[in-house]
Amino acid sequence: MTTAHAPSRPGQSQPAESPPALSRRGFLVSSAAMGGLSLGFHLPFLASAEAATPGATPAAAAPEVNAWVVVRPDETVVIRVARSEMGQGTLTGLAQLVAEELECDWAKVTTEYPTPGQNLARDRVWGSFSTGGSRGIRDSHDYVRKGGAVAREMLVAAAAAEWKVPASECAVSKGVITHGPSGRSTTYGKVATAAAGMQPPAEVRLKDPKDWTIVGKPLPRLDTADKLNGKQVYGTDLKLPGMLNAAVRACPTFGGKLVNFDAAAVAGMRGVHKVVRVDDTAVAVVAETWWQAKTALDALPVTWDDGPNKALSSASIAETLAAGLDAEEAFVGASAGDARKALAGAAKTVSAVYGFPYQNHATMEPMNATALWTELRCEVWVPTQNGEASLAAAAEAAGLPVQSCEVYKLHLGGGFGRRGNFQDYVRQAVNIAKQVPGRPVKLIWSREEDMLHGAYHPVTQCKLTGGLDAEGKLTALHMRISGQSILAAVRPEGMQNGKDPAVFQGLNISGPEGHIGYAVENLLIDHAMRNPPIPPGFWRGVNLNQNAIYLECFMDELAHAAGMDPLAFRRRMMANHPKHLAVLDQVAQGIGWDRPAPAGVHRGIAQIMGFGSYVAAAAEVSVTDGKLKIHRIVASTDPGHAVNPAQIERQVEGSFVYGLSACLYGECTVKDGRMEQTNFDSYEVLRMAEMPAVETILIPSGGFWGGVGEPTIAVAAPAVLNALFAATGKRIRTLPLKNHDLA
Amino acid sequence: MARLTINGEVREVDVDPETPLLWVIREQVGLTGTKFGCGIAQCGACTVHIDGVATRSCAMPVSAVTAEQKITTIEGLSPDGSHPLQKAWAALDVPQCGYCQSGMIMAAAGLLQQNPSPTDEDINTEITNICRCGTYNRVRAAIKLAADGGATQNG
Repeated sequence: MTTAHAPSRPGQSQPAESPPALSRRGFLVSSAAMGGLSLGFHLPFLASAEAATPGATPAAAAPEVNAWVVVRPDETVVIRVARSEMGQGTLTGLAQLVAEELECDWAKVTTEYPTPGQNLARDRVWGSFSTGGSRGIRDSHDYVRKGGAVAREMLVAAAAAEWKVPASECAVSKGVITHGPSGRSTTYGKVATAAAGMQPPAEVRLKDPKDWTIVGKPLPRLDTADKLNGKQVYGTDLKLPGMLNAAVRACPTFGGKLVNFDAAAVAGMRGVHKVVRVDDTAVAVVAETWWQAKTALDALPVTWDDGPNKALSSASIAETLAAGLDAEEAFVGASAGDARKALAGAAKTVSAVYGFPYQNHATMEPMNATALWTELRCEVWVPTQNGEASLAAAAEAAGLPVQSCEVYKLHLGGGFGRRGNFQDYVRQAVNIAKQVPGRPVKLIWSREEDMLHGAYHPVTQCKLTGGLDAEGKLTALHMRISGQSILAAVRPEGMQNGKDPAVFQGLNISGPEGHIGYAVENLLIDHAMRNPPIPPGFWRGVNLNQNAIYLECFMDELAHAAGMDPLAFRRRMMANHPKHLAVLDQVAQGIGWDRPAPAGVHRGIAQIMGFGSYVAAAAEVSVTDGKLKIHRIVASTDPGHAVNPAQIERQVEGSFVYGLSACLYGECTVKDGRMEQTNFDSYEVLRMAEMPAVETILIPSGGFWGGVGEPTIAVAAPAVLNALFAATGKRIRTLPLKNHDLA
Repeated sequence: MARLTINGEVREVDVDPETPLLWVIREQVGLTGTKFGCGIAQCGACTVHIDGVATRSCAMPVSAVTAEQKITTIEGLSPDGSHPLQKAWAALDVPQCGYCQSGMIMAAAGLLQQNPSPTDEDINTEITNICRCGTYNRVRAAIKLAADGGATQNG
């Protein structure tokens, strides 16, 4: 039967445009014959590597031992992963955690995504699908390991039952179950069907970390092979029978609306199927191919209502924020002693104002989603950081009960926070698909659309005032942050009596989302919320990015004002923060802080805590004729437990590219109520030639689980900026560096 | 109608001559390993080879390519993933999200074709593709591994 339409395989030439094989009526009839509409176009567990392997048995055909584990008769172990793979390696890391407790043969492990609809139908057995905040592993390590352990117990119990021996006499290693006294043995694949019928144990004991053989090892990723030959299917690559393509344009002015468009002007253009109003703000062209849709959209006469923000500019936003720096009212994030009083009485005070601009995620794969809508059902294929959020958005847009909708996740061509909370592209795709019922429509944003309609890293400014005593010790610190709250805009349920606690990431008195590593007797960190009408979002590293720059560059300023070495100045305040201190000491040692730098080379250092992990960086830079060169960065991370050290190393290296791109080039500027940057020519990012050598030090001290995808981003920029000051005597307090003359 | 030679096969496609080569490869020919990233030849995700030379296909009209010119996409770089660069990429587990990697590998293959033992400076100059995950240092290491690993194939 023609179910389970796998993605077309590159390399096999076939027509890109399959004929619309099924009229809506025909589609329903044939789908009903297959026992359910979803089967017709369902790509079961598409993301798993084996889904693309000809002849492979879909996991659905083998009985699952439990929600997390399917063992096929050929001994392949399919581990279900609820979080999304977007390059960060969570697919491999989470599979390692399950496999560790399952005691299976790692060489036989493969993975698949359960669908959000299945999660809903099964009482959310896989927990959260949300993949952000460096939470993939730190939030789910416990229950995924238990999932593996329960499956192991059931497999062993099945073997024991067959042999009529106590399960306690059986041992298991690499998927082979052995009964010691009799010497009998069997395999997971042989007992899997029986195991599926066993009662799951009420309780399981997890392994002691010292006994881990799969977790903690630098194992290769499970998803590499298909990324080397073009076989990996991303959302933009999806092909479905009868599929149409859509290009979209939303009003480029924030808060503006679509007034009208002249569909007749492009109706005769090649391939054009339909021009549709997507919602109040956007218009789309549906055509046979995406390029035809895009070409017609470019030619489409459109009238916009620019709305209330036409006068908005970066300058007006900066003014609004600046007014908050001295405003009387502010939400207090951290306080100790009496900072204002202590500052008034300090022997010496230092004050500075910093700022951080809007950034776009600029994932390499532009936003996209493919939707198929009928009056009875809606299905969406989408690269998403939160499949359940995609499902909710799809159901809402479809006007159907959520039970009548389904979402199939694809690996992401980058996420960085853009594809989690924000499901605008899903809503658009469904709104478009509703106007061509029964035919799948693939919506792909142009890069320009992606740049103009981001969920931008918010803008803030920060005024820091520090008080030093006669010995140069920091006795008082006031950090006044003024600027935009992400939670107020996108997750208001996370607000606390009007305060956005996430604004203080890295600056809290305590807690895993970042507690400050310095003992300052009189401390006040507060936030004057100022929310310009630009949509903010979680951007890899979130608020830790700018908070680390503010705090750590200012620490450098204070050290110089005190006439002290920046490392020694910090260390004096860190005795009660041994984990912060340990990573800082590691990078100081790694960069050779106690020895002179090579001629012409200068050093900077920074540390912070966030996303549950402790991180530090030290940078070596030189400046020649006003041109900055970053020679090397030594980075240290203490994530508690390190599930895959090789992947952590990659995340640390990659995070510096993201952080340094923002530091050197990144800014989205507002003019006439819209963003000025539209593509990589105006929104430059770091490229190979500027990439420094990165030395990653990993010191997993155990006992806690920290994230690794984001925290080190935050220390890249302050380490470089502090080194830049050492090199030039210039204190850069606003980014990006491209706006400054370093000569 | 355009006539193209892609990965050794001659393909006739009925397409507007202004259509970028990238979209002809992806939508008419159906080879989706070559990616769309920017549309203005900035990011390099769309890199293919034309007569062995790494070329950004997103801003090149299909009419600019003749049937005699040999186009190679990532799918045609090697029949079985055995190009030295693919092997080096696998050995060092280079990709993260992977979306830019087809273009990276094709750009690197173009470089090795012209310069079998590139220096760091050569790599800096020639590999200007964008990777937002930040795989640059591993891309560099993989190019060097492939260069050291022996002769490169035609790509």
